[in-house]
Amino acid sequence: MNWEALIPFIGVVVFVFIIGIWSSRKVHTSKNFLEGYFLGDRSLGGFILAMTMTATYGSASSFLGGPGVAYTEGLGWVLLAMSQVVTGYFVLMVLGKKFAIVSRKYKAITMVDFLKSRYRSTSVVLIASASIIIFLFFAMAAQWIGGARLIESLTGMSYVSALFIFALSVLVYVAVGGFRAVAVTDAIQGSIMFIGTLILLIATIIAGGGISNIIADLTAENPNLITPYGAEGTLTPAYVSSFWILVGVGVIALPQIAVRAMSYRNTRSMHRAIILGTIVVGFIMLNMHLIGVFARPIIPGIEVGDTVMPLLALEVLPPWVAGFVLAAPMAAIMSTVDSLLLLVSSTVIKDVYLNYIKPKASNQHVQRLSITVTAILGAIVFVMALDPPDFIIWLNLLAFGGLEAAFIWPIVMGLYWKKGNKYGAIASMIVGIGLYVASNEFFPEPFGMHSIVLPVVCSFFAYVIASLATQKTENYPV
Amino acid sequence: MKKQHTPIDDYRYKIANKEAWIGVGLVLINFIWWYGFAYGMGQKDPAEYTFILGLPAWFFYSCVVGLVVMIVLVTVVVKFFFVDVPLDDNDEVEER
Repeated sequence: MNWEALIPFIGVVVFVFIIGIWSSRKVHTSKNFLEGYFLGDRSLGGFILAMTMTATYGSASSFLGGPGVAYTEGLGWVLLAMSQVVTGYFVLMVLGKKFAIVSRKYKAITMVDFLKSRYRSTSVVLIASASIIIFLFFAMAAQWIGGARLIESLTGMSYVSALFIFALSVLVYVAVGGFRAVAVTDAIQGSIMFIGTLILLIATIIAGGGISNIIADLTAENPNLITPYGAEGTLTPAYVSSFWILVGVGVIALPQIAVRAMSYRNTRSMHRAIILGTIVVGFIMLNMHLIGVFARPIIPGIEVGDTVMPLLALEVLPPWVAGFVLAAPMAAIMSTVDSLLLLVSSTVIKDVYLNYIKPKASNQHVQRLSITVTAILGAIVFVMALDPPDFIIWLNLLAFGGLEAAFIWPIVMGLYWKKGNKYGAIASMIVGIGLYVASNEFFPEPFGMHSIVLPVVCSFFAYVIASLATQKTENYPV
Repeated sequence: MKKQHTPIDDYRYKIANKEAWIGVGLVLINFIWWYGFAYGMGQKDPAEYTFILGLPAWFFYSCVVGLVVMIVLVTVVVKFFFVDVPLDDNDEVEER
């Protein structure tokens, strides 16, 4: 076991825990448990908002899977990853003030709350809740695998014990803390990621003998590594560009991101968060994926992509610095898991249980139930993560794509198009999810693009056509 | 349940709509910059690449300079075109 690296690593993680639990004391003094636990009383400032957005999104997909693929594919994958820069400004600009104002009017705490008030339809709520619960399970499993892998490669423990440790720490944390704890610790974790990636990039460049030297090594190995087309020349412009939808603009439809867009205190916080978020997301994405590419000449021949980052850090940094830097992806994974877990449990409790099973439950009852449900959900994900596939990024992207296909138009058109109604929303969700799942199963990459593109386009037309066709039946203004 | 539109809603929604379109515009600029440099300069034979700060020129302009350009653009747009509005229905005095 590598104690020199392990001690700072544990230190950072424990520090983050303590801050989270400390900040959660506020939840128990908050007047409204639900709004406090699941939304932090809508009081986030600009810095915390930017960081919690970044940390939620900068998940295992970018911190382990992403650099791992960049290691294999070269600069083409960094190019692809840079499509994520748009998330830094696009989400808050487009959901924007309208979403914050309307969700306050509706007193919405979750994305499903918003859909419920906007469309006033039980079917919309049930389809939405079901897709959140199902798809986020995939996403969570992917994150847990990433977290366990990281502990595994750092400590030399078996995968199962690593997974167990990871699960336990996440569960305790989320169950006690709630949204505010998650958001506050996201801010610390986001900062660790920012600094951590910078240190690791610099150390990697030095270890490789300078950028020119590394690029020359890459060119000597395979000139394709420094083209935009990937190691085998398989990354076509159409395919890479379609990631602008999957990991760029489509991200506004992810419930864990959308919920943050209703949690800020005022528009000044939002303005700060847009600028700061763009800077932080851009830097982390660029640095992290470049590290993956630059790692190739330094530690050649790695088979499992997910282990590139931990192995590289242990190779090029003094052990105690490596421990600190590896706390960054750990932090990323934990904050993503925390917020996903919280989101799924808020869906179960707020959107299903309180809406349809027991609307008049007492505050205390809800509180106890929230914590129990969160713990049970965690246990189920643990079981799912016991037998993991090698590349977590694909698992993760499947879940992201499914949610995006389901929600992008019901949210965006619901906000900005008065004629949109529940029939449009239902049609859009069914077409989006159905086509996405079918496409992944039977015709992946239609027209050379990622399978997200077609469902997003078709569900737009489904929304518009179904809404217009039913105008006489029903018409609610926004 | 549903409240009627009030004058303040119309004023706030107009601003919100405008800002959402600005967001869409920025994405288009970002995409064109990113795509243009990457595939415009990157389609050559790697043997003919030029390098800036050690990185291939297509990558340097598309990803590194592209990021800086977007950060500057976003900052300028937010500072000069984005307007503070109250988010709650009742506390406009406090927020403005």
